[in-house]
Parts: sequence; C-alpha cells; structure tokens
Amino acid sequence: MSVSTASDPPASDPRASDPKAAAAEARYAEATQLQLTWWRFRRHKLAVVSLFVIALFYGIAIFADFLAASDPHATDARRSFIPPQGIHLFDENGFNPHVYGLRGVRNPRTFQLSYSPDPARKLPVRLFTRGYTYNLLGLIETDIHLFGIEGGRPGEGIFLLGTDQLGRDLYSRMMVATRVSLSIGLAGVTLSLFLGVLLGGISGLYGGWVDLLIQRLIELLRSVPTIPLWMGLAAALPRTWSVIEVYFAITIIISLIGWTDLARVVRGRFLALREEDFVVAAELSGASQGRIIFRHMLPSFASHVIAATSLALPAMIISETSLSFLGLGLRPPAVSWGILLQDAQNIQVLAGAPWLLSAAVPVTLVILAFNFLGDGLRDAADPYG
Amino acid sequence: MQQTPMAERTALAIRDLAVQFESEQGVVRALDGVSFDLHAGRTLGIVGESGCGKSVTARSILRIVDRPGRITGGHMLLDPGTPQEVDLAALDPESKRMREVRGGRIGLIFQEPMTALSVHYTVGNQIIEAVRQHSDVSKEEARNRAIELLREVGIPRPETRISAYPFELSGGLRQRVGIAMALAGDPEIVIADEPTTALDVTTQAQILALLRRLQAEKNIALMLITHDMGVIAEMADEVAVMYLGRVVEFAPVQQVFAAPRHPYTRALLRAVPSILATPRQRLSTIGGAVPHPGSRPTGCAYHPRCSERIGAICMEQRPRPVPSGEAGASCFKDEAREQAA
Amino acid sequence: MVIYLLRRLGLALLTCVFISVLTFIIIRLPPGDFVDAYIANLAASGSSVSVEQAQAMRQEYGFDRPVVVQYAFWIGRVLQGDFGVSMMWRRPVTEVIGDRLWLTMVVSVAALFLTWMIALPIGIYSAMRQYSFGDYLFTTLGFIGLAIPNFLLALILMYLGFRYLGLNVGGLFSAEYVQAPWSWARVWDLAKHLPLPAAVLAMAGTAQLIRIMRANLLDELRKPYVITARAKGLTERRAILKYPVRAALNPFASSLAYLFPYLVSGSIIVSLVLGLPTVGPLLLQALVAQDMFLAGTIVLLLGIMTVIGTLISDLLLMWIDPRIRLEGR
Repeated sequence: MSVSTASDPPASDPRASDPKAAAAEARYAEATQLQLTWWRFRRHKLAVVSLFVIALFYGIAIFADFLAASDPHATDARRSFIPPQGIHLFDENGFNPHVYGLRGVRNPRTFQLSYSPDPARKLPVRLFTRGYTYNLLGLIETDIHLFGIEGGRPGEGIFLLGTDQLGRDLYSRMMVATRVSLSIGLAGVTLSLFLGVLLGGISGLYGGWVDLLIQRLIELLRSVPTIPLWMGLAAALPRTWSVIEVYFAITIIISLIGWTDLARVVRGRFLALREEDFVVAAELSGASQGRIIFRHMLPSFASHVIAATSLALPAMIISETSLSFLGLGLRPPAVSWGILLQDAQNIQVLAGAPWLLSAAVPVTLVILAFNFLGDGLRDAADPYG
Repeated sequence: MQQTPMAERTALAIRDLAVQFESEQGVVRALDGVSFDLHAGRTLGIVGESGCGKSVTARSILRIVDRPGRITGGHMLLDPGTPQEVDLAALDPESKRMREVRGGRIGLIFQEPMTALSVHYTVGNQIIEAVRQHSDVSKEEARNRAIELLREVGIPRPETRISAYPFELSGGLRQRVGIAMALAGDPEIVIADEPTTALDVTTQAQILALLRRLQAEKNIALMLITHDMGVIAEMADEVAVMYLGRVVEFAPVQQVFAAPRHPYTRALLRAVPSILATPRQRLSTIGGAVPHPGSRPTGCAYHPRCSERIGAICMEQRPRPVPSGEAGASCFKDEAREQAA
Repeated sequence: MVIYLLRRLGLALLTCVFISVLTFIIIRLPPGDFVDAYIANLAASGSSVSVEQAQAMRQEYGFDRPVVVQYAFWIGRVLQGDFGVSMMWRRPVTEVIGDRLWLTMVVSVAALFLTWMIALPIGIYSAMRQYSFGDYLFTTLGFIGLAIPNFLLALILMYLGFRYLGLNVGGLFSAEYVQAPWSWARVWDLAKHLPLPAAVLAMAGTAQLIRIMRANLLDELRKPYVITARAKGLTERRAILKYPVRAALNPFASSLAYLFPYLVSGSIIVSLVLGLPTVGPLLLQALVAQDMFLAGTIVLLLGIMTVIGTLISDLLLMWIDPRIRLEGR
C-alpha cells in the first residue's frame, strides 16, 4: 500500500483546462434528445454491428430477385434433393470459378431418373448473367441477376444451398423468403406501433376509466396463451383467399400480439412525462395539448418507442415463421422462412437432406441482431440516466 | 497553536487515508489524505457539501466502499496505542476480523431510514440478526435484547413493534429502528451518516436528543456526518470541514463558529439562515459547485470558488494539510496570518 | 389483502369470459355452421342426413337463434361439461382430448420449474460477478437462447438425435407405454422423457428470466439496505442472499404471470415437432379439418388452465411480498 498522497506535487488534470473538452461539454448540453441517444448508442459495439446486419438483410430483401440465381418457383422433379454445391474457384487453367453439371442417373430399383453432380462437366459461374424476368424495385423489368452459370442444359443451375423435394433452388428461395418474412415483420410492427401508440397514448394521457379499461384489456391479452388463439384465427381464413389477402390477414393477426408491450411503454412514458417540470411549465404557459404532445413529449420518448419497436420485431418474425411452419400462415406459392422450414418438418426427409434446415440461420441471425439492437437502443434511450 | 483537550481515550485514529475510484474515464481521488481522531464519549462533526467525501470516509472505515473504489494509502487504527491496536486499512474486507469490527465495534446509522431497512423482513428479524451476529445468544435471548434495544431508542410498545415491517412505521420510528440496529452489536464507535437529513424538523430534534442521550449512557465515540451547520453546533465537540476529499479545517466547535480559519468554513457559515438577519436580506451562497473529484483544480482545490484568494500561490501549490489532532486550516492565507502573528 | 385477492379473482373470471367469447368467435368464424360441415362430412363418407334431422340438430345447438343466444347456449353446455362432438373423430370432444390436456400441463409446468431452477442461480451469479467471463458467457448464451425459436431448436435436436444417435428423441413415452393404462411404471417412463421437451420449451424463458434477474439484482445491490446488511458484519454471501436477492425475487415471481401462457403457447408448436401426445397436434389437425368444436374446446381449456396458472403465480407473489400481503392491515 502506498503512502499518503497528501504531500505529492499538485497534479494537474487535463480535463480541467482543456478547451476541447469544454467545447464537447457545450455540444453535449445543446444536443437534442435524439442526438444524445445516437451518441450513446454508438458506444454499444454489438448494437452497431447488429444495425449493419439488419441493414444487410433488408438490402437482401430489396434486391432479392437480383440476388437469386434461378427462379425460386421453378420445379423439376428430377433434380430433387441435390446437396449444396460448392463453387470451385480454380481449375487446371487457373482462376475459373465453376460448378459441376448434372448427370442423369437411373435408380436401379425404381428406374426413376434423377440428377446427381457430374464432376466431369464444368459449368462456369459468371457475374451479371441473364435469368428469369422480374421487376427490379418494382419498377424496372429486367432479367439480369448477380450471378449464375453460363451454358448448361435445361434444369441445370447453381445450387449453393441445395434443392428441395420439388427441385427448387433453396438459395434463391431463401432470398425471396427474406423479403417476405422481413416485410411482414415490418408491416406487423408498424400496425402494432400504431395500435400501441394510440391506445397507450390515450391511456397515459387521459387516465381515469379509459386508462383502466385499456389496462385491463392489455392484462387480458397478456394472460391468454397466444399461439392457440392466433392459430384458431389463422385457420379460419378462407381457403379461397389469394396470397396477397392472406399476407395482409396474417400481418393483422401477428400485430395483434405485439401491440400490448408497445402500449405499456408509451403509457409509462406518458405518465412519467406528465409530471416532468418542462411539461408542467408548457401547460402553465398555455401551450395547446397538441403542441405539448408533439413538441415536448413526443421527442423525449421517441427513442424509447424506437427501442421497444426493435425489441417487438423479433416476436413478429417468430410469429410469422411459426404460423407458416405449422401450415396456418402464408400459403404456397408464397415463400417465407416459415414455409421453407415446413419442408424440414419430417425427420426422415430432414435426415436425408439436412440443408433444408438452412433457413434456421437467417431466422436466428435476424432475431439476434434485433435483440442486440433493441438492447443498445434501450440503454441509449435514457441519455441522462 | 491550540491543543484540543485529550481527556478521553482515542477510539479510532485515521491517518492520511486515501481512497481512489479507478474507471475507464480515469482515476478519481475520492479521499486524498484525510486524518482525524475519534474519542470515546465525544462527537466529531464532519461537515461539507455533497460530494466532498464524507460518506466515502464512513464507508472506508467499515471497509464497505463499493467497487471500483479501494483504499490506496493511509491507516485506520482501532484502539491506537494499545496492545489491541488494529489497522483496519490493512485488513481483508471479507475477513472474520473485519466483520467483527462492523457492527460489533463500529455501528453505522443511515441517512434514509426507508431504504436502509429491507421491506421484506420485520424490524425484529433485522435487529435480531444483528444481535446474534455479534454475541452468542439463543433466539429467545436475542429477541429480548432486540425488544430492549427498541425500548432504549424510545419506541413505544416494542413488544408489538418488533413484528412490524419497516413500511408500517413512520420516518422517525424507522430512524429509531436504524439506531437500535446500529447499537445491536454494542459498538463503542458509531458513525451517523446524515442521520436527520430525511426527517422533519421536530423529529430531527428528537433523534439528535436520542443520540446525545445514548452517547452519554454508553460513552460512545460518535462521528456525525452532516451538511447542516445547525446540527454541528448542537451536537459536535470537534469539527472537521471537508472539501474535495480533504480535511480543510479542524477545530473545536466553539472555535469553528467563533473564529473560522478557512474561507470555505466561513462561506459555509454565511450560508446558514439566521433569525438575526435583516428582512429581505439575501442568503449568502457559495458561488459555483463542488468540482467533480476527477477534475480537481490545481493548487488549493477550493481556489476557483474562493473569495479570499491571495494570489498565484493558491492556483499553483497545495497548502499543507491540517496536522492531525491539532486545530488548524489548510490554507495559504491562514499560513500567512500565522507567520505574521 | 382481501381486496387484492378479490381483484385478482375477478380479473381471472373476466379473463375466462373473454377467452370463451374469443373461442366462440373462432368456432363461428368458418363459413356455414357446424351442422352444414357435419352433414358435408357425413356425405363425404357415404351416409346422408335428412332435412328434418339437420333441422333438429340446428335446434339442439341453437343455430337458428341470434348469435348472443347461441353463445349462451354454448356456454351453458360447456358449464355442464358438454363440449360438443368432434366432427373428425365422431366422438365427444372430451373423449378425444382425454389425457392430452393434462400432459400439456405436465410439460408446461415442468418447463416452468426448469426455467426457475436454471435462471435463478445464473441470474444471481451474473449480477454478483458483473462483467466477469461467466457473466459474458451466460449473457451470450442467453441471447442465443432468445434468438432461436423453440420449434427450431426442437427440429435441430431431433435431427441431431436421429443422425448421430440413431434414435427418435421425440415423444413422451416409450413405445410399450404409449397405449398402456396409467401405472407407476408409466409415470416413471414419462418422467424420463420429460427433460428434453421441457428444456427446449424452457430455453427462451430462461434466457429472459436470467436477464430480468440480473438487471433487478444489479439495481437492488445499489440500495442502501445492502450497505446496512454489510455494516452489521454479515458475510458478503449472506448479506446478498438474504436481502437483495429476496427483493429481486419479486419481479421474478411476477414475470411468471406471463411466462406461463408463453410456455403453454410454446408447448403447442414444440409438441408438433417432437411428436408429444399433448393437445398441440390435435389442435392443428382440428384446425386444418375445421373441426371447430374440438379446436374451440382445446383453445378454451388451455386458456382457462393458463388463467389458473397465472392466478397461482399471483398468489405466490402476494405470499413473498409483505407489502401486498399486509395491504389494509
């Protein structure tokens, strides 16, 4: 243990006289709530990484068709259950990325013709190849895809993640499924947010019996096992509905799950803020209710709501995936992560073609990223805390 | 130089105590060479604004400073000069010896009587636990002792109150329970950390009277931490004024009020409301706020707020610390005055 | 305390009514009524029903009356224990469900206890050793546990068990006990099969509870009463286990109120993957076949079971928090 520091020479502290530090402090004092939140958020490395992961996934969602290598709906019974193909980068001529072609093999017992990889034939992999036609960003009709093979017979292609029973390319299906699953999560959370902010706001703002009623409703909804209920609702959707109609119906059903948490957050913030000095001051100086809410209260809980939203999104995605996995959600020909996983339900099939489980990876990754992001945002939402 | 009366046995001698909090943002010197003595049967008042290291001192003595704080220097001698002398600063905070000191030799009374007691257990449970921690008695005996303690601190109907939960008691009663708990191990030193701050004025007076009575009965060495000069005037024998982790003035209580030597002490005294003030006279305040201990000003730490600076020396050099056991101030102006005299 | 109790009971009753209304809506949602579906179903299998018979059935079920009366009719029958007839199985619904409801509860409650047993000690450890290696490890595992939907975990475990151990890890009974009547041997067999589904089910909840426990305990550790406990001379271990841990148990216990419905929900979908003889697979079959009486009954009974579970967890909370227990004393 060292001796007392009382007789040490005066230690100068760099922070005391540093003009830069003073400027930083001033900047801090003048920052808006959202700026403060953002600064705090940047300190959470994992949350920032998660933000990039999520951005990447939404990028995939936007350019799904461009990234897909072959038509995700094109079936070919002969090429069912082809294992994932690796891209071979080099051959005897140096750099020449290629995949193997397919060879027809007749099953000696059933005499059925099926394909298996043929190392003797090389199919070169090229960037910006032509494939099936789609609308880029819903505007430009094109048939250019990021990569694909050149030449090759009908039915051949590049199968990075293998094919399913019907011979559809799992990789391309996954790209399209990403779009569906992420957009349905986003749509569901938007709807939840609307319900949550509306009902939570009314509850927190007016109090009294309205508050009591909404609080009871939330308690009721939270004490009911949701999956069987939503299964019941989803099963009741008419079989005759189109893919789009089902998509919207499922969105509404899953958003009914998520709004209660958001409403609780909004209500809690409203109640807390109502007592805050700056709100009372605004009230006393005669500001209108609308001005108080939008000018004073909303900015100071926007970050809380953003955090709660990003924590609610994973629940949405899990709900959709679960419902579709059970066959009660989206219906083929729609493709979502849940629908892809549906093929993996049968253990015998799965044992023969484990690559059917690959949709588990994006599901887990996205949920993980949203959780980290939400956590980082929640910690950052209390800039003075 | 004036000698303080040394009539009573010294119970605890703090010498050059230094405590640091190390974090990513840097090292904070919460205590930077603190020295004082506690005497049996006497009260040492420790005064200063929030954040000057009063509570850290209390926790350091009991070795319960929260991480990342740690003692980096100095000594805390229990029973100094006797064969039983122990340096608390050198003990392992988790050792049996240190745990015997906590509650057994040194009791602690808290500021917040509501949060200092757990709401999940009855008052009796929490006091009996403290009794049994420091004496080998049966549950029945411990219970009787707890009832006795509650009676001693002036709680009416202690036999029924012992099974009450803290939230069922008023603030004043809770603070009495807190005192009873601090006394459960029969300590000869009691540290009271702002014991009356959270109470209303009438209750404050009752609690202070109780503390004085108990101190007289048990010959307790009392260390009273407060920011209230009124409480100091009423209770203390000696006063240590703290600023930014250092004792800036030490003196007997009459002298502090009659002839304060440090400008900070003078400023604190000016900030006390007086009934002798003329109507509409503004209450004096100390300009600025206590700097964060992490950004301690150079030289005399008080110089940026000092209205009696005598020049560059205040900004560049540190005044010499108050010698322990003697009245004095850590101030260049005071040094100059002394040399002149 | 009495007021609190009555409030809780009232809310539970209200929830049951709410669930029954939702169930009724689900039963009524498919186009046409049950009799139409029943007749169509019979016709498909070759038998036919006369118009008079159909009319009689409609009257029996009250399908010719307004919706509110129909609900009253239905709820009246339910209260007498008559849940109607399963179209798919052509047997009373109660017979079809049989043991499955209880097995659902057994699995859910097992998962609940497992969640507790794992989350409590790890939560305490993580808070006391904040930022230690163990804390980071458990936090990471917890995040992954939260991120993998439990049916996916079940799938992965099934695959691994099948691929590398060559056995079917699903089910709740060994082959010889599946149809056997209840006996101690069968109960023991059930107990042996329970850990895997319970663990799968418990994972996400455990991850969540660890985080709740850790956060709460970290909050509580900063409270002055912890310093009081230390200042008494208690050992660090005892000071923390007796005081802040006790305080942190409160939110822990109240989190059960929503954990239980969540586990019951999860058991439905996990049962499907693992092939557990709970109501899960039955519910899915019933929904796909639009056997609405069976589906509705399952939803209703699950809901009521959940309400009872929630009520129990509320009582538990009341018991451990003297502030609620002594309210109005």
